[in-house]
Amino acid sequence: MDLELNESEQAFQAEARAWLAENVPTTPLPSMDTPEGWALHQEWEARLAAARYSVVSWPEQYHGREASLIEWIIFEEEYYRAGAPGRVSQNGIFLLAPIIFEHGTAEQQDRFLPTMATGERIWAQCWSEPEAGSDLASLKSTARRDEERGGWLLNGQKIWCSRAALAHWGFGLFRSDPDAARHSGLTYFLFPLDAEGVTVRPIAQLDGEAGFAEVFFDDVFVPDADVLGAPGDGWRVAMSTAGNERGLSLRSPGRFTAAADRLVDLYGERPDARVADRVVDAWIKAEAYRLYTWGTVTRLADGGDVGAAGSVNKVWWSELDIALHETALDLLGPDAELESRWLDGYTFSLSGPIYAGTNEIQRNIVAERILGLPREPKGAGR
Amino acid sequence: MRFELTEDQRDFAASLDRLIAGADPVGVARAWGAGDTAPGLSLWRRLADQGVSALLVPEEAGGMGATPVELAVAFEVLGKHAVPGPWVEAAAYLATELSGEAQEAVAAGAVATVAVPPHTPYALDADVATQVYLAGSDGLRTATPDEQLTSVDRTRRLFRLRAGGIHDTADRAAEAFDAAALATSAQLLGAGERVLAGAVTYVKQRRQFGREIGSYQAIKHQLADVRIALDFARPLVHGAALADDVDRGRAVSAAKVACADAAYRASRTGLQVHGAIGYTEEFDLSVWITRIRALVTAWGTPGFHRARILQSLTATPAGAR
Ligand SMILES: Cc1cc2nc3c(=O)[nH]c(=O)nc-3n(C[C@H](O)[C@H](O)[C@H](O)COP(=O)(O)OP(=O)(O)OC[C@H]3O[C@@H](n4cnc5c(N)ncnc54)[C@H](O)[C@@H]3O)c2cc1C
Repeated sequence: MDLELNESEQAFQAEARAWLAENVPTTPLPSMDTPEGWALHQEWEARLAAARYSVVSWPEQYHGREASLIEWIIFEEEYYRAGAPGRVSQNGIFLLAPIIFEHGTAEQQDRFLPTMATGERIWAQCWSEPEAGSDLASLKSTARRDEERGGWLLNGQKIWCSRAALAHWGFGLFRSDPDAARHSGLTYFLFPLDAEGVTVRPIAQLDGEAGFAEVFFDDVFVPDADVLGAPGDGWRVAMSTAGNERGLSLRSPGRFTAAADRLVDLYGERPDARVADRVVDAWIKAEAYRLYTWGTVTRLADGGDVGAAGSVNKVWWSELDIALHETALDLLGPDAELESRWLDGYTFSLSGPIYAGTNEIQRNIVAERILGLPREPKGAGR
Repeated sequence: MRFELTEDQRDFAASLDRLIAGADPVGVARAWGAGDTAPGLSLWRRLADQGVSALLVPEEAGGMGATPVELAVAFEVLGKHAVPGPWVEAAAYLATELSGEAQEAVAAGAVATVAVPPHTPYALDADVATQVYLAGSDGLRTATPDEQLTSVDRTRRLFRLRAGGIHDTADRAAEAFDAAALATSAQLLGAGERVLAGAVTYVKQRRQFGREIGSYQAIKHQLADVRIALDFARPLVHGAALADDVDRGRAVSAAKVACADAAYRASRTGLQVHGAIGYTEEFDLSVWITRIRALVTAWGTPGFHRARILQSLTATPAGAR
């Protein structure tokens, strides 16, 4: 058992650190949920891609550098340590790309991955529906076969789609076989958000910005070439990324260890004995998360998978994120209500226990699949 | 980078686990608390034969020359089975702080104990120990047991000490304290795991309102939170076991705080889901509930360890944290 990086990993770390020190914008970019901030984020991602840092673990042909999982985490740690901007392309890179790699055709990989890597085309995840939140399999939006044109017609409504207000393409599940059982008869589609019949209505979030949107579908035609995986197999295809969202990707420890370091610095500037223990606890929990992730990475490198442990992970990072930011606000005292990076982080952290599967649902998964406790009668909360 | 126990380390844990499980450890602990120390001393002997006392002692001094990771592995198992006796005191603190013949005796399995005021003011099981020490600012002294005190954990037999003469040591009091705090953390973790396992078994059997209580979310979510807390405490223990001299104190403190929190949460939840039966002395859960409560404050209270972490963090520039 050890925590030591080998020589090439150390070299990779040094190289990434140096590049980030030179290139990370010195003033934070405006929010990616504003048109101005969006454009600047896209520019930043293009710069990352040009240096082959936007998707380090991907194959070289798609702008990656075939980095190992360990190197990927090293990069993420450095990225957040350097105070680099949040990734406007994160849904595509972390949620859709793994599915395209696993289930996409070679043609789809060539067509979709390069512009995802460069940040030129930004993707929105369109899974939730007004009547299908935690109970995602109850979704009602439909896909009707259009034999003549060789594709499908989408109808219905999706909601809470992050970044859809400004994004270019969406990915989501539609019911393609009305007679099949709940989890069957769903198909996974990719579609441009400016296609004929698509209406995107931005929804403002707690911070006043249109961080997500609802999307209406009125006979939207999608050719067979834009179906991901086999028709009717959408649930299985989709679930292969749910674990990604809760587990490793997206929530690399660097985000929390960097924030914990900033919290300690804030405490140094405004020491307050009443808040001291919570500063320490936030730091301990971020450190626990960092070490836990190294354990996960070791198991993955040995051929294991994250599985239900992704739910353990999700509850931890989402609660840690809130505790960390609440503590910072308490240190800021009366200034806490003023617009600041801490306040932005706090507002965003509040959504952590809701998205990526609510924490209630994650606790059900931990209890049932890890502890082996009996299911709720009627199978609720899966 | 391989942040997982090696196969050897897992085998070591499994063999200790088998040995202890076969020795009726709860019966041993209860007898120990009631003053019948013979079964406990016999278990002590067998664990010492497996090298548990000698882990941190260098090979030149008749020890195993193992790493703190093996120490953590062993103490998690001791905690899981609530093994009684001054294990932390002997195999962690004294194995590090003593030198020469006294250290060799500990490695060979002598029952030794120590009080280290202010954090550990009373010596555990001083009446059965063949070597008793009292640590002070002027060094380690030999000591003799005085008045016996009653712990919340009846299997922890605590004594005030009367100080004797100064004893020769390796002058590694700080390292010894950290080894003891690390071993205590691992013990808490093992105890927490045991309570969770017992609770899970129970809620799958006990039925109320026509179904297993483990199918109710109010129960499930509490147990899930225990699982999560323990899962994130363990890497801190292993991380502290691997920490270098510069970071060791802070890493050990982080492990102690997290393990105390997680195990205490396990004990409160374990008690709650058992209902009244969990509140009885006779039911075995009581052994762990009281042990955990005692270990939360042993070898540095959570308040002390948090303060030590904060001090270290604020003294270190951000880049070097
Ligand atoms: C910031 C943000 C970004 C999001 N981004 C996206 C996105 O990009 N794409 C997308 O498709 N969706 C997105 N979502 C939606 C998100 O996935 C859903 O909000 C989530 O799945 C919960 O669904 P719901 O909001 O309908 O709540 P509901 O399912 O109605 O739940 C309401 C409450 O009831 C609880 N509850 C429900 N069922 C159970 C049960 N069985 N047991 C116990 N408690 C239960 C929930 O935990 C919750 O507390 C986003 C949400 C937020 C807040």
